[in-house]
Amino acid sequence: MRWILPESIEDVLPGEAIRLEALRRAILDGFSCHGYEFVIPPMLEFLDSLLTGSGGDLDLRTFKFMDQLSGRSLGVRADMTPQVARVDAHLLNRKGVARLCYCGSVLHTLPSGIFSTREPIQIGAEIYGHEGIEADIEIIRLLADSLQLAGLSASRMDLGHVGIFRALVSSAGVAEPLAQDLFSALQAKDSPRVAELAETLPEDVARALRMLPQLYGGADVLDFASQELRVPGLAGDAIQCALGELKTLAAALDDLPLSFDLADLRGYHYHNGVAFAAYTYGSSSAIARGGRYDKVSEAYGRVRPATGFSMDLREITRLVRAPALPLAIRAPWSADLSLITEVKRLRAMGERVLVALPGHQGTWREAGCDRQLVRKSGVWVIEVLEEA
Amino acid sequence: MAWSESWLRWVQMSGGKNDAMNRITIALSKGRIFEQTLPLLAAAGIVPSENPEQSRKLIIGTNRPDVRVVIVRASDVPTYVQYGAADIGIAGRDVLLEHDGEGLYQPLDLKIAACRMCVAVPVGFDYWSSVRPGGRLRIATKYLDTAREHFLAKGVHVDLIKLYGSMELAPLVGLADAIVDLVSSGSTLKANNLVEVEEILKISSRLVVNQAALKLKHAELQPMIEAFQRVVESMSDGEQ
Repeated sequence: MRWILPESIEDVLPGEAIRLEALRRAILDGFSCHGYEFVIPPMLEFLDSLLTGSGGDLDLRTFKFMDQLSGRSLGVRADMTPQVARVDAHLLNRKGVARLCYCGSVLHTLPSGIFSTREPIQIGAEIYGHEGIEADIEIIRLLADSLQLAGLSASRMDLGHVGIFRALVSSAGVAEPLAQDLFSALQAKDSPRVAELAETLPEDVARALRMLPQLYGGADVLDFASQELRVPGLAGDAIQCALGELKTLAAALDDLPLSFDLADLRGYHYHNGVAFAAYTYGSSSAIARGGRYDKVSEAYGRVRPATGFSMDLREITRLVRAPALPLAIRAPWSADLSLITEVKRLRAMGERVLVALPGHQGTWREAGCDRQLVRKSGVWVIEVLEEA
Repeated sequence: MAWSESWLRWVQMSGGKNDAMNRITIALSKGRIFEQTLPLLAAAGIVPSENPEQSRKLIIGTNRPDVRVVIVRASDVPTYVQYGAADIGIAGRDVLLEHDGEGLYQPLDLKIAACRMCVAVPVGFDYWSSVRPGGRLRIATKYLDTAREHFLAKGVHVDLIKLYGSMELAPLVGLADAIVDLVSSGSTLKANNLVEVEEILKISSRLVVNQAALKLKHAELQPMIEAFQRVVESMSDGEQ
């Protein structure tokens, strides 16, 4: 019998695990000093509350089983965001702004990307109760700060807005399955396919749709888009309004490495305004995603404006090549009070001290020790540990 | 020391480097696609330093120190680009349809290596009376997804037989009623007494781009994509 784990499921071993945990604490400390309150939603919930208000793709990605106590279907969370939205809308019932953060394992029936695990450790932050762009600015900055803290300061922040595609589709009265096909073609920036699909639509909408796959790059894309994406009526206003929001973000966040992509519609079924993703060298897909999802809380009985982001802690830890953890000091085993006091003192100073249990020779390097505590002329001193 | 503090110290020590940041890797397949891509690359100011047919090398340098070409099997191009092992690549639409294209941008139809995906049957086989709803056909093909979807839309049951080559043989030896395959001139079909009965799709090669690469290496990739686009447009203007 070989103790093989299921595909896309892995252990985190010493060395990696401490780095992951240290990063988790550093990011949560960061959230906390911005005033985000930590919540711990459950690993599993009734399926209907887990999937309410989210897109259909979450349904497919959720592990499901039967609850023997209630006889109802349960699901293991595949995304914590709807859970946190439920906490805000249904349990906290605050009138004003609520800032929440969370960190925990989620499970996916299928890996979400090529190198992805099926058990990401999702860490994220959300702002509820503020409709204005200020919340989006705060949350994007918080993501940038968190990535910098993680050591990924060269990350690019890519902004988009699902309102543009939504306005075009609704103004032309595009029904399913055409809307879904257009969505997939735009996601792939598949210009020939977009042109083919838009053929039957009114010319001004078709023209706008054909342009979307080319509208990515620096902030100049936004000016170009406001001139070129001219559609009459309400849809036109909605598009200008969306572009206006992106321009406000471009101005407010111009110290960050920003880019724009008006055809990036990931989370389209879930998001309703500004959406963003972070990319960094070494990862072939986005390392963090977020955006507006004002409608999700409706299902939980209270409409609350919402924006936030989340990322996979495993992926972030993998990307940062930080050195191994600080090494430890080996102390001999002894009931001598002077030793016990000295060990206590060193630990209080932040040192890691391992007590060698009697009878084990072991390789001390493997246990992470590079120094040892020895008694010299009645005093405990630290000296470099030479590997035998 | 608190763990979050140690994290901050480690990150400071590691210093946030990243080498080979702006290097571009292009995935191409040997043969027709490579030959027909050369003028596109030339328009972007890129000249491969060797011909893969002669050198047998899998990584080929170019006149630009920041650009290299990797030679992979045509059906592997989307995989290399999706994993970020290559930033951009050129792959037939047939390959992309089978690959599902998740996580790839496909911004340009390069109009090279053009052909069509067809259904072909032995001369004398009454195809059209077999493809009515509820009918059943045995199809030999390399393109399972494309074939399945095509016949599903017609309401025809199909038994698919996956083959890797010499598709034309299958109906002749009774392995299948029909084949779904790429056809360019049609001479192989003719030589084996088969006829093309239905065109499923027009096929040509597409530019595929890794999503993260387009965001992170925009300054390097965008001029390349635009140069390719100019060549494609001038070629199709020439045809009209």
